[in-house]
Amino acid sequence: MNIIQELQNTFGEAAVAPQATKDDIPTFWTTKERLPEILRFLKSGTQSPYPMLYDLSAIDERVRGNRQDQPASDFTLVYHLLSFERNQDVRVKVALAGEHPSIPSITPLWKSADWYECEIWDMFGIRAEGHPHLRRILMPPDWKGHPLRKEHPARRTELGKFRLADDREVKEEDAMRFRPEDWGLSPRQDGTDFMFLNLGPHHTGTHGVLRIILELDGERIENAILDIGFHHRAQEKTAERQTWHTYIPYTDRIDYLAGVLNEFPYVLAVEKLAGIEVPDRAKVIRVMLAELFRIANHLVWYGTFAADLGQLSPVFFTFNDRERFYTIIEAVCGFRMHPGWFRIGGVAADLPRGWEKLVRDFLDYMPARLREYDRIVMQNRIVKARTQGVGALTRDQAIEWGVTGPNLRACGFEWDFRKKRPYSGYDQFEFDIPTATHGDSYDRAAVRVEEMRQSLRIVEQCLKNMPAGNTKADHPLATPPRKDRTMLDIETLIDHFLNVSWGPVVPAGEAAFGIEAAKGNMSYYLISDGSTQSYRARIRTPSFPHLQAVPEMTRGLNISDLIAILGSIDFIMGDVDR
Amino acid sequence: MNQVLIQLAVIIVILLGLTTVSAGLIWLERRLLALWQDRYGPNRVGPFGLLQVAADMIKIFFKEDWIPPFADKPVFVLAPAIIMVTTFLSFAVIPFAPGIGIVDLNIGLLFFLAMSSLGVYSVVLAGWASNSKYALLGGLRGAAQMLSYEVFMGLSLMGVVMLTGSFNLSAIVEAQRGLWFVIPQFPAFVIFLIAGVAETHRLPFDLPEAENELVAGFHAEYSGLKFGMFFVGEYLGITLIAAMITTLFLGGWLGPVLPPFVWFFLKTFVFICLFILLRASLPRLRFDQLMAFGWKVMLPLVLANLLVTGAIVLARS
Repeated sequence: MNIIQELQNTFGEAAVAPQATKDDIPTFWTTKERLPEILRFLKSGTQSPYPMLYDLSAIDERVRGNRQDQPASDFTLVYHLLSFERNQDVRVKVALAGEHPSIPSITPLWKSADWYECEIWDMFGIRAEGHPHLRRILMPPDWKGHPLRKEHPARRTELGKFRLADDREVKEEDAMRFRPEDWGLSPRQDGTDFMFLNLGPHHTGTHGVLRIILELDGERIENAILDIGFHHRAQEKTAERQTWHTYIPYTDRIDYLAGVLNEFPYVLAVEKLAGIEVPDRAKVIRVMLAELFRIANHLVWYGTFAADLGQLSPVFFTFNDRERFYTIIEAVCGFRMHPGWFRIGGVAADLPRGWEKLVRDFLDYMPARLREYDRIVMQNRIVKARTQGVGALTRDQAIEWGVTGPNLRACGFEWDFRKKRPYSGYDQFEFDIPTATHGDSYDRAAVRVEEMRQSLRIVEQCLKNMPAGNTKADHPLATPPRKDRTMLDIETLIDHFLNVSWGPVVPAGEAAFGIEAAKGNMSYYLISDGSTQSYRARIRTPSFPHLQAVPEMTRGLNISDLIAILGSIDFIMGDVDR
Repeated sequence: MNQVLIQLAVIIVILLGLTTVSAGLIWLERRLLALWQDRYGPNRVGPFGLLQVAADMIKIFFKEDWIPPFADKPVFVLAPAIIMVTTFLSFAVIPFAPGIGIVDLNIGLLFFLAMSSLGVYSVVLAGWASNSKYALLGGLRGAAQMLSYEVFMGLSLMGVVMLTGSFNLSAIVEAQRGLWFVIPQFPAFVIFLIAGVAETHRLPFDLPEAENELVAGFHAEYSGLKFGMFFVGEYLGITLIAAMITTLFLGGWLGPVLPPFVWFFLKTFVFICLFILLRASLPRLRFDQLMAFGWKVMLPLVLANLLVTGAIVLARS
């Protein structure tokens, strides 16, 4: 029995109104009043439950034209849940009316809803009633307005000239000051004086602009409060004014160490919306580049992880290796960190002549290096002493916090979209999904190290079995449009001209696509209003929920452990703040 | 009168020599690290980048010497001086070669231990006077680490003293004519080496600084020349520990063919390079692990070594 029927039988047909989407994820509408019980039922009531809150976001529906058969709504809340047993998602939508509506908080049900509900308040001005501490999370605390609402301009120039007067600067800085009482903390408790240590946003151990406020008893961490948003670049808002095609380079900047792995879910979601079938050669090129970028990402992680533990040398070795990888990427697309290489319907161009040798050299070179790093990092006794048993998550905790990717697999749970929901032909490749058992910092590292070897295996198979054929789908919505027939008749010329200047018009609809990115599951939830750009683009990034779990992982440990844990979970602020 | 002048000249030569050597070590460390880390290191200023030291010194001298308004000024100024003074004073008792040395104290070893104990004050006071949380944490770590490693650093040397029957460093060197103490006192040698690394707070024991945890730890608030004093003080400390290892365990200036001073220099140099190699290869221990290692592993070991040495000395006599 499918989940929607099951819900309709339990809660009545009126409470569960299904909606058809392009991605075949069961989607239904419910009301604000029934929401908590329905979500509770989905999390634990049903036979094969949906234990993970995969994503939680909102849509400003007020100016949307093509809503088809959806119920009237000014703002829609979208709860995206994931069931491992069913290997299926479910999307729960709640229609809200009015300019500043509110929703019941689901933090009692999912701890991970905390940051998501704050983000919705911050971006849309929708209050979560009953939330323990609703606050601005991405924007500065004294920011006015809610940027993802449609009335908020997408361009800075529409807001008038910006001036930072002295008094305002003082005010802004004062707003950033940490006040323990805002968080229900007091500097003195049961005869102990706590020290509040401000770590970041510019600190050597935080891998980017992350601010952590630590409540310390000596060096013991009683509480850790994470302040994010310093890297916020309005990526989701930007998607609403860039065309489907011109948004591709922006996606590179989300997780800026993983290049094409960011473009991957985006183009797959657009292709789903547009109904484009990608040719085999393009699929394999995509897989090869994606796996190469996974290796590159893990190399950066490897070095910085060791550096976080105080080991100075590995970071130079791994960056040197990454440089070799970049020679391949430079040859393929001319760019390095931000390749901008995937296109709707394929890739930008065929692989350059001689690419086989470049890839072969890399494949021959890497295994010996990985063996050496095993000796100097993973087998080092101090590294083991610093990371084993530190910051362990159980499988249930990990799922509760929405942890995915290598961090989830380190808890002994084999879950990988490349195997479970093969996309772009991953089912044709032979590779293993490494897992570990303890879920601690060392295991998280061990899983990543093994992943690099598996990625090399996949790249090797790509090299050996690269199919011939086109690198872009022969489809009217594929970008950039094909040029070979444009000079023959006026219709194709006009078509080409429009598709280049305005970009393709993707048919109205909704689709989400999640992939196994370098740091965990990354997913794009795109809504097209039948226009040249997305009406709403929701980016579900892995690092956001991972960071949210950090306070729980660090409680009772000390500062050195915090740095080790931050190093082991492999997050990046571009991925957190978007 | 002449005697005094000669003595003064020796002091000045040694002082300048040491400063130059420790400044040169900055260059050496950067070049060696670069070599082991597949990169170039400073190679632009002068031949092989040798003048980098001069450039660094010019920078340090001319940087704004800023004292944070929230700091405890007199102590803040005093702290970096302590490390320089105590380390330089320790060198006074080291016999570089027969007759080359500042004083030949009959309690030379005790003087060295006393001076290195005083060096702790530099870290603690710097951390405290900076009145900043990171510096405070670094100072606390430094105090706990150096105090506990002090204990068995001293104890590890007692075996050498037992074998020689003297605290005089020249006598200790002379006593090694037949056999360097590194062989009969091997456990003590290893323990002293480890304690020495902790004493100079170098990796894997650089917890008071721990740049990716505490930014720069106890000297986070220091700049300009005062920072430079901590910086040079660290290299002076390395030189001192390497020189002490040479004197106590490796027969000091003893050696065939080459002049005594060269032998002393060579042996010291090898240990300095070892310190740098440690930095290039090892990660950092955690605070509690470091303390546990000190008290639960090193202290029993050093006591056992003392017992065995004592028993052997007794049996022989």
